[in-house]
Amino acid sequence: MSVVSAARSGLRSAAAALAATTGGSGERGPKRSRPARYSAAGLIARGASGRTWPRAWRELPLQRSYDVVIIGGGVHGLATAYYLATNHGITDVAVLDKSYLGSGGSGRNTAIIRSNYLTPEGIAFYDRSLQLYRTMAVDLNINVMFSQRGHLTLAHTDAALRTMRWRAEVNKLQGVDSRVIDPATIERLAPGLDVSSRARYPILGALYHPPGGIVRHDAVVWGYARGADRRGVELHQRTEVTDIVVEGGDGPDGKGPGGRVTGVRTNRGDIATPIVVNCTAGWATLVADMAGVELPISTRPLQAAVTEPVKVFLPTVVVSGSLHVYVSQTDRGELVFGASVDPYNNYSVRGSLEFTEELASHVLALMPGLSKMRLLRQWAGLCDMTPDYSPVMGFTPVGGFLCDVGWGTYGFKAGPVSGETMAECIATDQTPKLIAPFALSRFAAGRLVGEKGAAAVGH
Amino acid sequence: MLLVPCPHCGPRNATDLRYVGEAHPRPDPGTASIEEWRAYLYLERNPAGWLRETWYCRSGCRRYFTLERNTATNEFRQPALPGNKVGGRA
Repeated sequence: MSVVSAARSGLRSAAAALAATTGGSGERGPKRSRPARYSAAGLIARGASGRTWPRAWRELPLQRSYDVVIIGGGVHGLATAYYLATNHGITDVAVLDKSYLGSGGSGRNTAIIRSNYLTPEGIAFYDRSLQLYRTMAVDLNINVMFSQRGHLTLAHTDAALRTMRWRAEVNKLQGVDSRVIDPATIERLAPGLDVSSRARYPILGALYHPPGGIVRHDAVVWGYARGADRRGVELHQRTEVTDIVVEGGDGPDGKGPGGRVTGVRTNRGDIATPIVVNCTAGWATLVADMAGVELPISTRPLQAAVTEPVKVFLPTVVVSGSLHVYVSQTDRGELVFGASVDPYNNYSVRGSLEFTEELASHVLALMPGLSKMRLLRQWAGLCDMTPDYSPVMGFTPVGGFLCDVGWGTYGFKAGPVSGETMAECIATDQTPKLIAPFALSRFAAGRLVGEKGAAAVGH
Repeated sequence: MLLVPCPHCGPRNATDLRYVGEAHPRPDPGTASIEEWRAYLYLERNPAGWLRETWYCRSGCRRYFTLERNTATNEFRQPALPGNKVGGRA
């Protein structure tokens, strides 16, 4: 009784709060089409009044020219646009996606966030991303459900344990919270894991990374899209780039090294622009081919699966490199499983039975108690693998054509910092220190950044 | 399941073979510049379509051979020329 009346009286003040924050439902002049800010009060007010939510971003006609064109409307492209507008005041930007926003890797990953990498370059980079994730809900005014629940990488062999110790020490040196723990501690952190010595692959220890966790990947995409749109960036869905216009290059049609970008052709018309940023995953080499830039990338699908929801029992993210599997439980109770990339180059995102069989056997080796669980669905995303498991970022031999590609199995967690650094790269015309090690030129120079802690599985 | 047509063993599960990768022409190590050699090592064509590639039949005939596969549809076809010795001991 008292709860209901409290909720009712709260409703009135909530509606008043909403009116104060958004200027109410009435006259807002030219800004009226802008999306409303999200708040708990607004949620209650709209729930009670039945008013529909306004569109989160605008749908606009395509202009003939932009200062910057970003290809790929995933978390990388949208974050780049958002930080261009927010940090550098560059708002004449178009983000083009051939499908809907977040339809590629951004909506297909397993949403795990961590920074316990192996190379100093990688650790500094991914740790900055983790910092941005930490304040994202406030910065973007959207609930991204970021949960720093801890991340366990299991070691089943002495060699694996040795690598964990190595990673832990490198992490500590960089100020990242990461340590090796014993099976008894693992059992406390992740009940349900078979830590006995009878297991087929006994668990000898684990690398424990308390700041690691999960986030709701769709909300991250929508948050950046909404934030970028609010600052004047144009988002164009179902707009496929069919060619990149380059002049003065060494290759055919003036493309290739030494050339300069003058525009892009799309299925909705041509656009003139001095800067094109390739933020695609899966199609990175196909887009780079349009500009005449060769990349050290091979495309492979990675399959993942999700179970029916059950009562929450797994409070951490569990990864096993030897068993090629990682497991986390969403707040809704589904278990999300990921695996390693398929063993051959492929552009198909079809699931396969052998994946499901192997995944199930590996999960059951870790958690025998799950034998009655049912898989709800499986899917695949395309991963652009580089020879050293580090991305390719920044300038290319074609002037005005920048790349933020080669994101393998670690692109989602790097989204925010990639956007921030790529925006700085575009705005200042200089490569930020954080991404200098990931330049395309490292392959010709033989300075690879061997990131063996990249995907926790598969290599 | 991807069935790979091994020229010696017939159709085999992809898991019985090892994927070696794109069949690049290998430059002469004696005369290639460092840049040419690194381009051979690292750069990929990575097309979404027909790709000439090398497989190793690790649990069958244990030979390397070259095939053409469509990376978008996973269809196989034999390469136009019978030079099945790319990439190793055959």
